[in-house]
Amino acid sequence: MINQEIKSYFPILNQEINGHPLVYLDSAATSQKPVQVIEAMKNYYEFDNANVHRGVHTLGNRATEKYEGARDKVRKFINANSTEEIIFLRGTTTAINLVAQSYGRANVNEGDEIVITYMEHHSNIIPWQQLAKERGAILKYVELEKDGTISLEQVRAAVTERTKIVSMVYVSNVLGTMNPVKEVAQIAHENGAVMVVDGAQAAPHLKIDVQQLDCDFFAFSGHKMCGPTGIGVLYGKKELLNNMEPVEFGGEMIDFVGLYDSTWKELPWKFEGGTPIIAGAVGLGAAIDFLNEIGLNEIEKHEHQMAAYAMDKMGGIEGLEIYGPADPQHRAGIVTFNLNDVHPHDVATVLDMSGIAVRAGHHCAQPLMKWLEVTATARASFYLYNSESDVDRLVEGLRSAKEYFNDVF
Amino acid sequence: MSSNLDQLYRRVIMDHYKTPRNKGTIENNSVNIEMNNPTCGDRIHLTLQVEDGIVKDAKFDGEGCSISMASASMMTQAVKGQEIDTALRLSGIFSDMMLGKEYDDSIDLGDIEALQGVSQFPARIKCATLAWKAMEKGVQNEEKS
Repeated sequence: MINQEIKSYFPILNQEINGHPLVYLDSAATSQKPVQVIEAMKNYYEFDNANVHRGVHTLGNRATEKYEGARDKVRKFINANSTEEIIFLRGTTTAINLVAQSYGRANVNEGDEIVITYMEHHSNIIPWQQLAKERGAILKYVELEKDGTISLEQVRAAVTERTKIVSMVYVSNVLGTMNPVKEVAQIAHENGAVMVVDGAQAAPHLKIDVQQLDCDFFAFSGHKMCGPTGIGVLYGKKELLNNMEPVEFGGEMIDFVGLYDSTWKELPWKFEGGTPIIAGAVGLGAAIDFLNEIGLNEIEKHEHQMAAYAMDKMGGIEGLEIYGPADPQHRAGIVTFNLNDVHPHDVATVLDMSGIAVRAGHHCAQPLMKWLEVTATARASFYLYNSESDVDRLVEGLRSAKEYFNDVF
Repeated sequence: MSSNLDQLYRRVIMDHYKTPRNKGTIENNSVNIEMNNPTCGDRIHLTLQVEDGIVKDAKFDGEGCSISMASASMMTQAVKGQEIDTALRLSGIFSDMMLGKEYDDSIDLGDIEALQGVSQFPARIKCATLAWKAMEKGVQNEEKS
Protein backbone atom coordinates (compact mmCIF):
# COMPACT_ATOMS: atom_id res chain seq x y z
CA MET A 1 0.00 0.00 0.00
CA ILE A 2 1.23 3.47 -0.86
CA ASN A 3 0.36 5.88 1.93
CA GLN A 4 1.81 8.72 3.96
CA GLU A 5 3.52 6.21 6.25
CA ILE A 6 6.01 5.32 3.50
CA LYS A 7 7.55 8.76 3.62
CA SER A 8 8.38 8.27 7.30
CA TYR A 9 10.79 5.45 6.36
CA PHE A 10 12.99 7.98 4.58
CA PRO A 11 14.83 10.04 7.22
CA ILE A 12 16.31 12.45 4.69
CA LEU A 13 12.89 13.68 3.61
CA ASN A 14 12.18 14.97 7.08
CA GLN A 15 14.13 18.22 6.86
CA GLU A 16 13.82 21.82 5.80
CA ILE A 17 15.66 23.27 2.82
CA ASN A 18 15.95 27.05 2.67
CA GLY A 19 13.30 27.33 5.36
CA HIS A 20 10.72 25.06 3.68
CA PRO A 21 9.95 21.35 4.12
CA LEU A 22 11.89 19.43 1.48
CA VAL A 23 9.99 18.21 -1.57
CA TYR A 24 12.28 15.80 -3.37
CA LEU A 25 11.40 15.48 -7.05
CA ASP A 26 14.68 14.17 -8.44
CA SER A 27 14.33 10.43 -7.95
CA ALA A 28 15.10 9.71 -11.60
CA ALA A 29 18.61 10.97 -10.84
CA THR A 30 18.82 9.01 -7.62
CA SER A 31 16.21 7.82 -5.18
CA GLN A 32 16.33 8.36 -1.43
CA LYS A 33 17.03 5.45 0.91
CA PRO A 34 14.70 4.01 3.53
CA VAL A 35 15.90 3.13 7.03
CA GLN A 36 15.56 -0.55 6.13
CA VAL A 37 18.39 -0.18 3.59
CA ILE A 38 20.54 2.06 5.78
CA GLU A 39 20.14 -0.34 8.72
CA ALA A 40 20.91 -3.42 6.63
CA MET A 41 24.21 -1.91 5.49
CA LYS A 42 25.06 -0.66 8.97
CA ASN A 43 24.26 -4.07 10.37
CA TYR A 44 26.43 -5.77 7.78
CA TYR A 45 29.42 -3.60 8.66
CA GLU A 46 28.83 -3.91 12.40
CA PHE A 47 28.42 -7.68 12.54
CA ASP A 48 29.21 -9.56 9.33
CA ASN A 49 31.91 -7.75 7.36
CA ALA A 50 34.58 -9.97 5.80
CA ASN A 51 35.75 -10.76 2.31
CA VAL A 52 33.65 -13.28 0.43
CA HIS A 53 34.29 -16.68 -1.18
CA ARG A 54 37.57 -17.33 0.60
CA GLY A 55 37.22 -17.27 4.37
CA VAL A 56 37.19 -20.46 6.33
CA HIS A 57 36.15 -18.31 9.27
CA THR A 58 32.61 -17.55 10.37
CA LEU A 59 32.47 -13.94 9.27
CA GLY A 60 33.67 -14.92 5.80
CA ASN A 61 30.82 -17.39 5.58
CA ARG A 62 28.27 -14.88 6.80
CA ALA A 63 29.44 -12.23 4.34
CA THR A 64 29.32 -14.76 1.50
CA GLU A 65 25.83 -15.86 2.47
CA LYS A 66 24.60 -12.29 2.55
CA TYR A 67 26.25 -11.42 -0.77
CA GLU A 68 24.97 -14.50 -2.56
CA GLY A 69 21.62 -14.13 -0.81
CA ALA A 70 21.29 -10.69 -2.36
CA ARG A 71 22.00 -12.21 -5.75
CA ASP A 72 19.11 -14.58 -5.33
CA LYS A 73 16.84 -11.69 -4.33
CA VAL A 74 17.81 -9.93 -7.57
CA ARG A 75 17.15 -13.11 -9.54
CA LYS A 76 13.63 -13.34 -8.15
CA PHE A 77 13.07 -9.61 -8.55
CA ILE A 78 13.57 -9.76 -12.32
CA ASN A 79 12.48 -13.40 -12.67
CA ALA A 80 15.74 -14.70 -14.11
CA ASN A 81 16.19 -18.43 -14.45
CA SER A 82 19.36 -18.73 -12.46
CA THR A 83 21.70 -16.74 -10.22
CA GLU A 84 24.42 -17.54 -12.76
CA GLU A 85 22.76 -14.89 -14.91
CA ILE A 86 23.03 -12.13 -12.30
CA ILE A 87 26.29 -10.17 -12.33
CA PHE A 88 26.93 -7.52 -9.71
CA LEU A 89 28.63 -4.45 -11.14
CA ARG A 90 28.91 -0.77 -10.36
CA GLY A 91 25.76 0.29 -12.18
CA THR A 92 23.94 0.47 -15.50
CA THR A 93 26.83 2.25 -17.21
CA THR A 94 29.33 -0.44 -16.26
CA ALA A 95 26.85 -3.15 -17.25
CA ILE A 96 26.29 -1.76 -20.76
CA ASN A 97 30.02 -1.21 -21.19
CA LEU A 98 30.61 -4.84 -20.28
CA VAL A 99 28.20 -6.02 -22.97
CA ALA A 100 29.79 -3.69 -25.54
CA GLN A 101 33.35 -4.65 -24.70
CA SER A 102 32.82 -8.36 -24.23
CA TYR A 103 29.91 -9.48 -26.40
CA GLY A 104 30.30 -6.56 -28.82
CA ARG A 105 33.99 -6.97 -29.58
CA ALA A 106 33.56 -10.68 -30.16
CA ASN A 107 30.48 -10.47 -32.34
CA VAL A 108 30.37 -7.14 -34.15
CA ASN A 109 32.47 -6.88 -37.31
CA GLU A 110 33.07 -4.40 -40.08
CA GLY A 111 29.85 -3.32 -41.76
CA ASP A 112 27.64 -4.78 -39.04
CA GLU A 113 25.00 -2.60 -37.44
CA ILE A 114 24.16 -1.57 -33.90
CA VAL A 115 20.70 -0.06 -33.47
CA ILE A 116 19.78 2.36 -30.69
CA THR A 117 17.22 5.20 -30.45
CA TYR A 118 17.12 8.98 -30.09
CA MET A 119 15.89 8.72 -26.52
CA GLU A 120 18.89 6.95 -25.02
CA HIS A 121 20.84 8.10 -22.01
CA HIS A 122 24.52 8.76 -22.79
CA SER A 123 25.35 5.48 -21.05
CA ASN A 124 23.48 3.63 -23.79
CA ILE A 125 25.01 5.68 -26.62
CA ILE A 126 28.72 6.11 -26.05
CA PRO A 127 29.64 2.44 -25.39
CA TRP A 128 28.11 1.67 -28.82
CA GLN A 129 29.75 4.66 -30.52
CA GLN A 130 33.11 3.43 -29.26
CA LEU A 131 32.40 -0.14 -30.30
CA ALA A 132 31.24 0.96 -33.76
CA LYS A 133 34.39 3.04 -34.28
CA GLU A 134 36.64 0.23 -33.12
CA ARG A 135 34.98 -2.48 -35.22
CA GLY A 136 34.13 -0.38 -38.28
CA ALA A 137 30.45 -1.01 -37.59
CA ILE A 138 27.49 1.27 -38.28
CA LEU A 139 25.54 2.89 -35.45
CA LYS A 140 21.90 3.50 -36.40
CA TYR A 141 19.25 5.51 -34.56
CA VAL A 142 15.54 4.71 -34.53
CA GLU A 143 13.56 7.90 -35.13
CA LEU A 144 10.95 8.90 -32.59
CA GLU A 145 7.32 9.68 -33.18
CA LYS A 146 6.14 13.25 -32.62
CA ASP A 147 4.77 12.39 -29.18
CA GLY A 148 8.08 10.94 -28.03
CA THR A 149 7.20 7.28 -28.46
CA ILE A 150 8.78 4.57 -30.57
CA SER A 151 6.84 2.81 -33.28
CA LEU A 152 7.57 -0.79 -34.17
CA GLU A 153 7.45 0.17 -37.88
CA GLN A 154 10.44 2.44 -37.35
CA VAL A 155 12.23 -0.33 -35.47
CA ARG A 156 11.50 -2.78 -38.29
CA ALA A 157 12.84 -0.24 -40.77
CA ALA A 158 16.09 0.15 -38.85
CA VAL A 159 16.85 -3.46 -37.89
CA THR A 160 18.25 -5.59 -40.72
CA GLU A 161 20.09 -8.86 -41.14
CA ARG A 162 23.33 -6.95 -40.63
CA THR A 163 22.20 -5.82 -37.17
CA LYS A 164 24.06 -7.57 -34.38
CA ILE A 165 22.88 -5.59 -31.38
CA VAL A 166 19.70 -3.65 -30.61
CA SER A 167 19.89 -1.62 -27.42
CA MET A 168 17.00 0.38 -26.06
CA VAL A 169 15.88 2.12 -22.93
CA TYR A 170 12.82 0.57 -21.26
CA VAL A 171 11.65 3.83 -19.63
CA SER A 172 13.05 7.14 -20.89
CA ASN A 173 14.71 9.24 -18.20
CA VAL A 174 13.52 12.39 -19.96
CA LEU A 175 10.19 11.67 -21.60
CA GLY A 176 9.03 9.00 -19.19
CA THR A 177 8.02 6.93 -22.23
CA MET A 178 7.61 3.22 -21.61
CA ASN A 179 8.97 1.43 -24.65
CA PRO A 180 7.69 -1.85 -26.14
CA VAL A 181 10.97 -3.65 -25.46
CA LYS A 182 9.38 -7.09 -25.64
CA GLU A 183 8.18 -6.52 -29.19
CA VAL A 184 11.49 -4.91 -30.13
CA ALA A 185 13.35 -7.94 -28.75
CA GLN A 186 11.27 -10.11 -31.04
CA ILE A 187 12.22 -7.98 -34.07
CA ALA A 188 15.88 -8.15 -33.02
CA HIS A 189 15.73 -11.93 -32.73
CA GLU A 190 13.99 -12.35 -36.10
CA ASN A 191 17.02 -10.62 -37.59
CA GLY A 192 19.57 -12.59 -35.60
CA ALA A 193 20.51 -9.72 -33.28
CA VAL A 194 20.65 -9.66 -29.49
CA MET A 195 18.48 -7.31 -27.44
CA VAL A 196 20.01 -5.17 -24.70
CA VAL A 197 17.63 -3.31 -22.36
CA ASP A 198 18.67 -0.28 -20.33
CA GLY A 199 16.43 -0.79 -17.35
CA ALA A 200 17.78 1.99 -15.12
CA GLN A 201 14.44 3.85 -14.98
CA ALA A 202 12.28 0.74 -15.25
CA ALA A 203 13.51 -1.51 -12.44
CA PRO A 204 12.55 0.97 -9.69
CA HIS A 205 9.04 1.49 -11.00
CA LEU A 206 7.52 -1.60 -12.61
CA LYS A 207 7.59 -5.36 -12.34
CA ILE A 208 10.41 -6.74 -14.45
CA ASP A 209 10.27 -10.20 -15.96
CA VAL A 210 13.33 -10.81 -18.14
CA GLN A 211 12.02 -14.17 -19.33
CA GLN A 212 8.74 -12.69 -20.43
CA LEU A 213 10.55 -9.78 -22.16
CA ASP A 214 12.89 -12.33 -23.69
CA CYS A 215 15.71 -9.79 -23.73
CA ASP A 216 19.28 -11.05 -23.90
CA PHE A 217 20.78 -8.49 -21.52
CA PHE A 218 19.12 -6.25 -18.95
CA ALA A 219 21.05 -3.56 -17.01
CA PHE A 220 19.98 -1.55 -13.97
CA SER A 221 21.30 0.39 -10.98
CA GLY A 222 20.61 -0.05 -7.29
CA HIS A 223 20.64 3.62 -6.33
CA LYS A 224 17.56 4.51 -8.36
CA MET A 225 15.48 1.86 -6.56
CA CYS A 226 16.07 2.78 -2.90
CA GLY A 227 19.41 0.97 -2.80
CA PRO A 228 22.90 2.40 -2.33
CA THR A 229 25.11 3.95 -5.01
CA GLY A 230 27.90 1.82 -6.46
CA ILE A 231 25.90 -1.37 -7.05
CA GLY A 232 24.17 -2.39 -10.22
CA VAL A 233 23.22 -5.51 -12.09
CA LEU A 234 23.76 -7.01 -15.48
CA TYR A 235 21.41 -9.84 -16.33
CA GLY A 236 22.43 -11.92 -19.31
CA LYS A 237 21.14 -15.16 -20.77
CA LYS A 238 23.34 -17.97 -19.54
CA GLU A 239 24.27 -19.33 -22.97
CA LEU A 240 25.49 -15.87 -24.03
CA LEU A 241 27.39 -15.14 -20.81
CA ASN A 242 29.06 -18.55 -20.96
CA ASN A 243 30.62 -17.69 -24.30
CA MET A 244 31.73 -14.21 -23.27
CA GLU A 245 35.18 -13.23 -22.05
CA PRO A 246 35.58 -11.15 -18.89
CA VAL A 247 36.71 -7.53 -19.31
CA GLU A 248 38.27 -7.18 -15.87
CA PHE A 249 40.95 -9.53 -14.70
CA GLY A 250 42.40 -10.11 -11.25
CA GLY A 251 41.36 -11.62 -7.95
CA GLU A 252 37.95 -13.23 -7.38
CA MET A 253 37.34 -14.09 -11.03
CA ILE A 254 40.01 -16.76 -11.52
CA ASP A 255 39.91 -20.50 -11.34
CA PHE A 256 43.60 -21.35 -11.79
CA VAL A 257 46.52 -18.98 -12.33
CA GLY A 258 49.69 -20.12 -14.03
CA LEU A 259 52.73 -18.07 -14.98
CA TYR A 260 51.56 -17.38 -18.52
CA ASP A 261 47.97 -18.44 -18.62
CA SER A 262 44.93 -18.55 -16.36
CA THR A 263 41.41 -19.89 -16.34
CA TRP A 264 38.21 -18.27 -15.13
CA LYS A 265 35.66 -19.10 -12.51
CA GLU A 266 32.18 -20.21 -13.43
CA LEU A 267 29.32 -17.78 -13.97
CA PRO A 268 28.60 -15.25 -12.60
CA TRP A 269 31.90 -14.76 -10.78
CA LYS A 270 34.10 -14.67 -13.87
CA PHE A 271 32.75 -11.16 -14.51
CA GLU A 272 33.28 -9.94 -10.94
CA GLY A 273 37.02 -9.27 -10.75
CA GLY A 274 38.34 -7.85 -7.46
CA THR A 275 36.67 -7.77 -4.05
CA PRO A 276 33.01 -7.39 -4.92
CA ILE A 277 30.57 -4.70 -3.83
CA ILE A 278 29.45 -6.67 -0.79
CA ALA A 279 27.79 -4.00 1.35
CA GLY A 280 26.23 -2.54 -1.80
CA ALA A 281 24.68 -5.90 -2.66
CA VAL A 282 23.38 -6.27 0.90
CA GLY A 283 21.81 -2.80 0.61
CA LEU A 284 20.28 -3.65 -2.76
CA GLY A 285 18.85 -6.85 -1.29
CA ALA A 286 17.22 -4.83 1.49
CA ALA A 287 15.86 -2.37 -1.09
CA ILE A 288 14.31 -5.24 -3.03
CA ASP A 289 12.66 -6.57 0.15
CA PHE A 290 11.32 -3.09 0.83
CA LEU A 291 9.92 -2.62 -2.70
CA ASN A 292 8.42 -6.12 -2.69
CA GLU A 293 6.64 -5.44 0.56
CA ILE A 294 4.90 -2.46 -1.01
CA GLY A 295 4.49 -4.22 -4.34
CA LEU A 296 5.82 -3.14 -7.71
CA ASN A 297 2.34 -3.09 -9.20
CA GLU A 298 1.26 -0.66 -6.48
CA ILE A 299 4.30 1.50 -7.17
CA GLU A 300 3.63 1.55 -10.90
CA LYS A 301 0.00 2.48 -10.31
CA HIS A 302 1.05 5.25 -7.93
CA GLU A 303 3.46 6.65 -10.51
CA HIS A 304 0.85 6.77 -13.23
CA GLN A 305 -1.41 8.61 -10.80
CA MET A 306 1.35 11.05 -9.89
CA ALA A 307 2.15 11.67 -13.56
CA ALA A 308 -1.52 12.20 -14.36
CA TYR A 309 -2.05 14.59 -11.46
CA ALA A 310 1.17 16.51 -12.22
CA MET A 311 0.40 16.80 -15.93
CA ASP A 312 -3.08 18.00 -15.17
CA LYS A 313 -2.00 20.63 -12.61
CA MET A 314 1.11 21.74 -14.48
CA GLY A 315 -0.83 21.92 -17.72
CA GLY A 316 -2.86 24.71 -16.12
CA ILE A 317 0.18 26.99 -15.98
CA GLU A 318 0.25 29.25 -18.98
CA GLY A 319 3.45 28.97 -21.03
CA LEU A 320 4.48 25.66 -19.52
CA GLU A 321 5.36 22.98 -22.05
CA ILE A 322 5.50 19.29 -21.11
CA TYR A 323 7.52 16.89 -23.28
CA GLY A 324 6.73 13.27 -24.04
CA PRO A 325 3.59 11.14 -24.30
CA ALA A 326 0.38 12.99 -23.44
CA ASP A 327 -1.27 9.91 -21.95
CA PRO A 328 -0.01 9.40 -18.38
CA GLN A 329 -0.74 5.67 -18.71
CA HIS A 330 2.07 5.52 -21.27
CA ARG A 331 4.64 7.11 -19.04
CA ALA A 332 6.37 6.59 -15.74
CA GLY A 333 6.43 9.24 -13.01
CA ILE A 334 8.70 11.57 -14.95
CA VAL A 335 7.52 14.98 -16.14
CA THR A 336 10.01 17.03 -18.15
CA PHE A 337 9.03 20.58 -18.96
CA ASN A 338 10.01 24.13 -19.76
CA LEU A 339 8.50 27.36 -18.56
CA ASN A 340 8.68 29.75 -21.47
CA ASP A 341 11.22 32.56 -21.26
CA VAL A 342 12.65 31.20 -18.02
CA HIS A 343 15.73 29.02 -18.39
CA PRO A 344 15.44 25.66 -16.56
CA HIS A 345 18.44 26.51 -14.35
CA ASP A 346 16.68 29.60 -13.19
CA VAL A 347 13.49 27.60 -12.61
CA ALA A 348 15.45 25.07 -10.56
CA THR A 349 17.11 27.75 -8.46
CA VAL A 350 13.80 29.47 -7.70
CA LEU A 351 12.23 26.12 -6.76
CA ASP A 352 15.22 25.24 -4.57
CA MET A 353 14.69 28.43 -2.62
CA SER A 354 11.24 27.00 -1.80
CA GLY A 355 12.70 23.64 -0.76
CA ILE A 356 11.76 21.85 -4.01
CA ALA A 357 14.44 19.73 -5.69
CA VAL A 358 14.14 19.25 -9.46
CA ARG A 359 16.72 18.50 -12.11
CA ALA A 360 17.68 21.03 -14.78
CA GLY A 361 19.93 20.47 -17.76
CA HIS A 362 20.27 17.97 -20.57
CA HIS A 363 19.73 14.89 -18.35
CA CYS A 364 22.63 13.02 -19.97
CA ALA A 365 20.59 12.79 -23.17
CA GLN A 366 22.02 15.36 -25.56
CA PRO A 367 20.81 13.68 -28.78
CA LEU A 368 17.29 13.69 -27.36
CA MET A 369 17.57 17.38 -26.42
CA LYS A 370 18.56 18.04 -30.02
CA TRP A 371 15.54 16.09 -31.22
CA LEU A 372 13.31 18.14 -28.89
CA GLU A 373 15.05 21.27 -30.24
CA VAL A 374 15.89 22.52 -26.77
CA THR A 375 19.25 22.91 -25.04
CA ALA A 376 17.97 22.13 -21.59
CA THR A 377 14.81 21.23 -19.72
CA ALA A 378 13.60 20.95 -16.16
CA ARG A 379 12.44 17.60 -14.84
CA ALA A 380 10.29 16.57 -11.93
CA SER A 381 10.43 12.86 -11.17
CA PHE A 382 8.23 11.09 -8.66
CA TYR A 383 8.66 8.00 -6.58
CA LEU A 384 6.73 6.05 -3.98
CA TYR A 385 7.35 8.63 -1.24
CA ASN A 386 5.86 11.53 -3.21
CA SER A 387 2.26 12.58 -2.91
CA GLU A 388 -0.18 14.95 -4.54
CA SER A 389 0.73 17.62 -2.00
CA ASP A 390 4.30 17.54 -3.41
CA VAL A 391 2.86 18.27 -6.83
CA ASP A 392 0.82 21.12 -5.36
CA ARG A 393 3.99 22.58 -3.88
CA LEU A 394 5.72 22.25 -7.25
CA VAL A 395 2.90 23.98 -9.08
CA GLU A 396 2.86 26.76 -6.50
CA GLY A 397 6.65 27.11 -6.90
CA LEU A 398 6.38 27.25 -10.67
CA ARG A 399 3.71 29.92 -10.49
CA SER A 400 5.87 32.07 -8.26
CA ALA A 401 8.91 31.49 -10.51
CA LYS A 402 6.88 32.74 -13.41
CA GLU A 403 5.68 35.72 -11.46
CA TYR A 404 9.17 36.51 -10.21
CA PHE A 405 10.72 36.52 -13.66
CA ASN A 406 7.83 38.42 -15.18
CA ASP A 407 8.42 41.07 -12.53
CA VAL A 408 12.12 41.47 -13.13
CA PHE A 409 11.74 41.52 -16.87
CA MET B 1 11.85 33.73 -0.97
CA SER B 2 12.15 36.90 -3.01
CA SER B 3 14.73 38.62 -0.83
CA ASN B 4 17.16 35.69 -1.18
CA LEU B 5 16.54 35.46 -4.89
CA ASP B 6 17.07 39.18 -5.26
CA GLN B 7 20.66 38.63 -4.15
CA LEU B 8 21.09 36.44 -7.21
CA TYR B 9 18.89 38.03 -9.81
CA ARG B 10 19.90 41.68 -9.56
CA ARG B 11 18.13 43.99 -11.94
CA VAL B 12 21.35 44.75 -13.82
CA ILE B 13 21.87 41.02 -14.41
CA MET B 14 18.41 40.61 -15.84
CA ASP B 15 19.05 43.65 -18.01
CA HIS B 16 22.18 42.06 -19.49
CA TYR B 17 20.27 38.80 -19.98
CA LYS B 18 17.38 40.51 -21.72
CA THR B 19 19.47 42.90 -23.82
CA PRO B 20 22.92 41.36 -24.09
CA ARG B 21 25.83 43.63 -25.04
CA ASN B 22 28.27 42.53 -27.74
CA LYS B 23 26.15 39.64 -28.97
CA GLY B 24 27.37 38.13 -32.22
CA THR B 25 30.58 37.00 -33.88
CA ILE B 26 33.63 38.94 -35.07
CA GLU B 27 34.47 37.75 -38.57
CA ASN B 28 38.02 39.04 -38.51
CA ASN B 29 38.94 37.50 -35.18
CA SER B 30 42.20 36.50 -33.55
CA VAL B 31 40.58 34.47 -30.81
CA ASN B 32 37.76 32.07 -31.63
CA ILE B 33 36.73 29.67 -28.92
CA GLU B 34 33.72 27.61 -28.04
CA MET B 35 33.18 26.24 -24.57
CA ASN B 36 30.36 24.43 -22.88
CA ASN B 37 29.37 23.36 -19.46
CA PRO B 38 28.92 19.60 -19.94
CA THR B 39 26.81 19.18 -16.83
CA CYS B 40 24.05 21.51 -17.93
CA GLY B 41 24.39 22.24 -21.64
CA ASP B 42 25.26 25.94 -21.41
CA ARG B 43 27.34 26.93 -24.40
CA ILE B 44 29.33 30.02 -25.31
CA HIS B 45 31.06 30.99 -28.54
CA LEU B 46 33.50 33.82 -27.95
CA THR B 47 35.41 35.79 -30.55
CA LEU B 48 37.98 38.46 -29.78
CA GLN B 49 39.98 40.80 -31.93
CA VAL B 50 43.36 41.29 -30.28
CA GLU B 51 45.87 43.79 -31.66
CA ASP B 52 49.16 44.80 -30.08
CA GLY B 53 48.20 43.14 -26.82
CA ILE B 54 44.91 44.98 -26.61
CA VAL B 55 41.41 43.48 -26.86
CA LYS B 56 39.99 45.73 -29.58
CA ASP B 57 36.67 43.96 -29.81
CA ALA B 58 34.81 41.14 -28.07
CA LYS B 59 31.60 39.37 -29.03
CA PHE B 60 29.78 36.30 -27.78
CA ASP B 61 27.06 33.98 -28.85
CA GLY B 62 25.53 31.06 -27.03
CA GLU B 63 22.77 29.47 -25.08
CA GLY B 64 22.23 29.22 -21.39
CA CYS B 65 20.60 30.48 -18.25
CA SER B 66 20.27 34.10 -17.20
CA ILE B 67 23.43 33.99 -15.08
CA SER B 68 25.67 32.51 -17.78
CA MET B 69 24.44 34.81 -20.53
CA ALA B 70 24.48 37.94 -18.36
CA SER B 71 27.98 37.11 -17.19
CA ALA B 72 29.12 36.67 -20.80
CA SER B 73 27.63 40.01 -21.74
CA MET B 74 29.32 41.73 -18.81
CA MET B 75 32.63 40.03 -19.50
CA THR B 76 32.78 41.25 -23.11
CA GLN B 77 31.91 44.73 -21.91
CA ALA B 78 34.65 44.62 -19.28
CA VAL B 79 37.53 43.34 -21.41
CA LYS B 80 36.83 45.40 -24.52
CA GLY B 81 39.57 48.02 -24.92
CA GLN B 82 41.68 46.48 -22.16
CA GLU B 83 45.21 45.13 -22.35
CA ILE B 84 45.32 41.36 -22.26
CA ASP B 85 47.06 41.43 -18.89
CA THR B 86 44.24 43.54 -17.46
CA ALA B 87 41.64 41.20 -18.94
CA LEU B 88 43.33 38.23 -17.31
CA ARG B 89 43.64 40.13 -14.05
CA LEU B 90 39.91 40.85 -14.16
CA SER B 91 39.28 37.17 -14.69
CA GLY B 92 41.31 36.37 -11.57
CA ILE B 93 39.37 38.94 -9.57
CA PHE B 94 36.10 37.52 -10.84
CA SER B 95 37.15 34.02 -9.85
CA ASP B 96 38.01 35.22 -6.32
CA MET B 97 34.65 36.97 -6.13
CA MET B 98 32.83 33.75 -7.10
CA LEU B 99 34.71 31.76 -4.50
CA GLY B 100 33.67 34.26 -1.86
CA LYS B 101 37.29 35.31 -1.28
CA GLU B 102 38.59 38.82 -0.65
CA TYR B 103 39.15 40.38 -4.05
CA ASP B 104 41.24 43.19 -5.48
CA ASP B 105 38.96 46.22 -5.66
CA SER B 106 41.49 48.63 -7.11
CA ILE B 107 39.91 48.15 -10.55
CA ASP B 108 36.40 49.45 -11.15
CA LEU B 109 34.36 46.34 -11.86
CA GLY B 110 31.27 48.15 -13.06
CA ASP B 111 28.30 45.88 -13.73
CA ILE B 112 30.29 42.77 -12.84
CA GLU B 113 29.91 43.62 -9.18
CA ALA B 114 26.24 42.67 -9.45
CA LEU B 115 27.25 39.03 -9.89
CA GLN B 116 28.69 38.90 -6.38
CA GLY B 117 25.50 37.28 -5.08
CA VAL B 118 26.14 34.20 -7.23
CA SER B 119 28.81 33.13 -4.73
CA GLN B 120 25.96 32.35 -2.33
CA PHE B 121 24.54 29.82 -4.83
CA PRO B 122 27.27 27.16 -5.25
CA ALA B 123 25.35 25.32 -7.96
CA ARG B 124 25.35 28.44 -10.13
CA ILE B 125 29.01 29.51 -9.90
CA LYS B 126 29.91 27.48 -12.98
CA CYS B 127 27.22 29.32 -14.94
CA ALA B 128 28.85 32.64 -14.11
CA THR B 129 32.44 31.59 -14.77
CA LEU B 130 31.90 29.92 -18.17
CA ALA B 131 32.45 33.04 -20.29
CA TRP B 132 35.49 34.05 -18.26
CA LYS B 133 37.01 30.59 -18.60
CA ALA B 134 36.51 30.81 -22.36
CA MET B 135 38.19 34.23 -22.47
CA GLU B 136 41.15 33.03 -20.41
CA LYS B 137 41.69 29.93 -22.48
CA GLY B 138 41.23 31.76 -25.77
CA VAL B 139 43.75 34.44 -24.84
CA GLN B 140 46.25 31.89 -23.57
CA ASN B 141 45.95 29.88 -26.80
CA GLU B 142 46.51 33.04 -28.80
CA GLU B 143 49.62 33.94 -26.82
CA LYS B 144 51.07 30.49 -27.39
CA SER B 145 50.57 30.60 -31.16
